[in-house]
Amino acid sequence: MAATFQPIAPRPAPVRTGGLLAWLRANLFGGWKSTLTTLLLALAALAWLPSIAQWGIFQAVFQPDIGSCQAARGTGACWGVVAEKYRLIILGRYPFDEQWRPALATLLLMGLLVVSCTRRFWRAWLAPLWVVALAGYFILMRGGLWGLALVPTDLWGGLPLTIMLATLGIALAFPIAVLVALGRRSTLPAIRSMCIVYVELVRGVPLISVLFMASFLFPLLMPMGKSPDVLLRVLVGITLFAAAYLAETVRGGLQAVPKGQIEAAATLGLTYWQTQRKIVLPQALAIVVPAVMNNFIAIFKDTSLVTIVSLYELTGALGLALNADADWRPYKLEGYLFIAAIYFAFCFAMSRYSLWIEKQVGMSTTR
Amino acid sequence: MTARPPPRRRGWSWRSQAFRGLVYQLLAAAAIGLALWFLAHNTIDNMRARGIQSGFGFLLQPAGFDIGESIIPYDALDQNWRAFLVGILNTLRVAVVGVVLATVLGALLGVGRFSRNAIVRGLCYGYVELFRNIPVLLQLLVWYLFFTDILPPISEPLSLGGVIYLSKAGFSFPVPLWSLGQALAAAGATVGLAIAWAHRRWAIRQFELTARVRSLFWVPLAIVFAGSILGWLAGGAPTAWNLPAPGAFSMEGGASATPEFLGVLLGLVLYTSAFIAEVVRAGIASVAHGQVEAAGSLGLTRTQTMRLVTLPQALRVIIPPITSQYLNLTKNSSLAVAIGYPDVVSIATTSLNNTGRAVECIAIIMLVYLATSLSTAGFMNWYNNRAAIKER
Repeated sequence: MAATFQPIAPRPAPVRTGGLLAWLRANLFGGWKSTLTTLLLALAALAWLPSIAQWGIFQAVFQPDIGSCQAARGTGACWGVVAEKYRLIILGRYPFDEQWRPALATLLLMGLLVVSCTRRFWRAWLAPLWVVALAGYFILMRGGLWGLALVPTDLWGGLPLTIMLATLGIALAFPIAVLVALGRRSTLPAIRSMCIVYVELVRGVPLISVLFMASFLFPLLMPMGKSPDVLLRVLVGITLFAAAYLAETVRGGLQAVPKGQIEAAATLGLTYWQTQRKIVLPQALAIVVPAVMNNFIAIFKDTSLVTIVSLYELTGALGLALNADADWRPYKLEGYLFIAAIYFAFCFAMSRYSLWIEKQVGMSTTR
Repeated sequence: MTARPPPRRRGWSWRSQAFRGLVYQLLAAAAIGLALWFLAHNTIDNMRARGIQSGFGFLLQPAGFDIGESIIPYDALDQNWRAFLVGILNTLRVAVVGVVLATVLGALLGVGRFSRNAIVRGLCYGYVELFRNIPVLLQLLVWYLFFTDILPPISEPLSLGGVIYLSKAGFSFPVPLWSLGQALAAAGATVGLAIAWAHRRWAIRQFELTARVRSLFWVPLAIVFAGSILGWLAGGAPTAWNLPAPGAFSMEGGASATPEFLGVLLGLVLYTSAFIAEVVRAGIASVAHGQVEAAGSLGLTRTQTMRLVTLPQALRVIIPPITSQYLNLTKNSSLAVAIGYPDVVSIATTSLNNTGRAVECIAIIMLVYLATSLSTAGFMNWYNNRAAIKER
């Protein structure tokens, strides 16, 4: 009995799991539901994208020419409104001949922020740099020194105002927030209840009511005839509002620090403030970095509300630029899209930065 | 012999922590008290110097201004408190409708981030990033512009089958003419709801006793429907509808939503739903992956896994942050003042300009929002306690 060699049939080659085709099969055409969705969405894109592109790009008018904008009305966008009014939108009512000053001041602040966000520059001299840069900003904006003409704060507006309110609001609110968060976890009942009342009161009301308070009530609360400038009042309002939200975020981080850390610090004989500064806060703040960045983004967006109390930051400056001009007023949508793009660029950059810094902070705990 | 603890000296010494704590607290209380006294003193001085009257008596005086839209009957001769009531109801209306819509949209977007289809995932991601990175005020302004400027005028409205109209006058839709039939249908629905609830409880108890699965959703839903249809038939099955029709200056008949209301609603819903989507996504991502794998090995489909395994567990993580999104939506509805929707802030500022009672008007705004926030938070805490894992 001679056994003849019978080869078994070869197994089929394995299904490819890498490469473009496999990705397409898994992510666009996996199952009939997915395929149907892909086809429907592709149809919708074919139906709408061309007309959106026609309106936004091909039929749009890019020159600041009111005649061709009116001719293209209904068929194409009029980006000319941005070309015509960009100085008013970005810099507000600042005197036209002096507009290099807010432009320079904005660059100064943005430079400061970029430097502060870069790991290489996290050094002790950053604190004095902040003082110098902020002083530079206010000298440039307000003038009245070294031959710069005095420009009162009610003429400030646009992007410089937005960035300044957000930067100062964040910078001032953060230390307050840390103190309030510590106070809310304090063992002293009077201090704890004060912090609770402050946080819950502020978080229970909308920002706009705080701004109304800053704008209408503050003059009543101050000694007669000594009411501070409206910009300062609004800044105080934003800071106190933001501090309450930040305080809750920071408190979340404080709660996440294991109790053993504090007990160990007490064993070593550290005082309360030493414990907080050297043991608790470094760990707590590292935990809450993403949430704090979200708070910062929220503050940046919230600065748009000051337009309701007649400060012409970016949103207000757009209304200022277009409402009074009957020719260009019909193209408000394009103006809105323009400043929406500016806000989006800032907020998106901040959220990307938040991801990066989260990774930096997490390096000590990832293995 | 046991070592006795050292006797506790309750002396007034700076070294005693209790004493230091007492001093700090006294100092803090004194500082706050002094600041409050300073502010109150200034306010009284300022009011006297400027001849500003104070007190809430103005609430009983005639308001003297008209309000664009109102749920309850109101005219300019009514007292101020009634104007405020109109504003509060308008705020609540936009907040309640907004919360419901934002939850539905946000949940869909959040679940969509886990879709098997890459385009759906990408669209949901793009939506979230786009809408949460633009200030809500700007979004409200854009939607208001859309409803008042870009939509066609009332003479040539966009129409769906001649029943629903969309134009500069807002959104008009048909409503049934109210008659005995509708009243009985509503009553029938209420009775059906009660029966359905009882049936659901019975079905759950039966499941616990006998492990027989009964429908917890479709049967109760059918009961509610049957109740309302029975009521409707008992009332003579009325079919008359109040249809909207374009008139010369306004939509006539039907019910309608004003452009202001739509602008606020759409802006708030789209903005908040982006945040809710992120909350839902984080909640789903927090469910351990082993759960999904175990569901797969039991033979559940992806949809079943999502509905029966992932979402119920994610819900526990989702509820606390979604509560704060609801509160944010309610508080953001105060931005309606920027586009002229008569919410409580807008009424209060009008009243403030008319009567000059700054302290009182701002206090009313704050009280209304505080009350809303605290009651919403209370309700959601109760719900959260119900949904939380019951531990021994």
